Amino acid sequence: MLHTVNKSSFERNSLQSCLNTIDDTSVILLIEDGVISAANNANSSMLADLAAQGRVFALQGDVDARGISSKVADNIKLVDYAGFVDLVEEHGTTVSWV
Amino acid sequence: MSTKKFMYLNRRAPYGTVYALESLEVVLVAAAFDQDVSLSFIDDGVYQLVEGQNPEGIGMKNFSKTFHALGDYDIKQFYVSAESLEERGLSLDDLMPLVWEDEDDDWAEKPSIKVVSNAELTKIMSEQDVCLSF
Repeated sequence: MLHTVNKSSFERNSLQSCLNTIDDTSVILLIEDGVISAANNANSSMLADLAAQGRVFALQGDVDARGISSKVADNIKLVDYAGFVDLVEEHGTTVSWV
Repeated sequence: MSTKKFMYLNRRAPYGTVYALESLEVVLVAAAFDQDVSLSFIDDGVYQLVEGQNPEGIGMKNFSKTFHALGDYDIKQFYVSAESLEERGLSLDDLMPLVWEDEDDDWAEKPSIKVVSNAELTKIMSEQDVCLSF
């Protein structure tokens, strides 16, 4: 499954709820304000393990919009809109944590 | 017309919601009425001031450039929460170098952004006549 998260982890618990229920094969794509969780910050540990397994992605356009491309944590993969489509195609069901 | 102290409290990241842009619009309204305006940035609001924003890829306008114009409207008090910056792995160096020109000092450019502790912000907030939260 593909899980998309579009809220900042500093403002909502969407990412935490997603992490509480995600299975071993699913991946997470951070979009919109969700990309704030891709930056190195006090909440980085939330995604560190999954990122190390190559299962965390962030949308490049949203990262660039917020001026945080130089802050993106190690192992988090940036994708463009075409990459977003590929993830949807590859992982079947999508869950949007809005 | 009497002058009041207005503080605009910004708590949201830009682009994901419309709060940041709407705040800026209202700030310009108050400036047009010659009020004593200050802006504060806490929580994800600190992202509004990050240097190098480029929303071209998501088809939105880069309104962060408008902050550079606020000095010309005599808006020169930008208070940024030190704790909120720290929590997000950011520092003053990551923010736009906003300035205002001091007419009493041969129009010298002076920095508008002041990083303050939450305790200092509490005090500044208590001195306001009006606080508007976005």
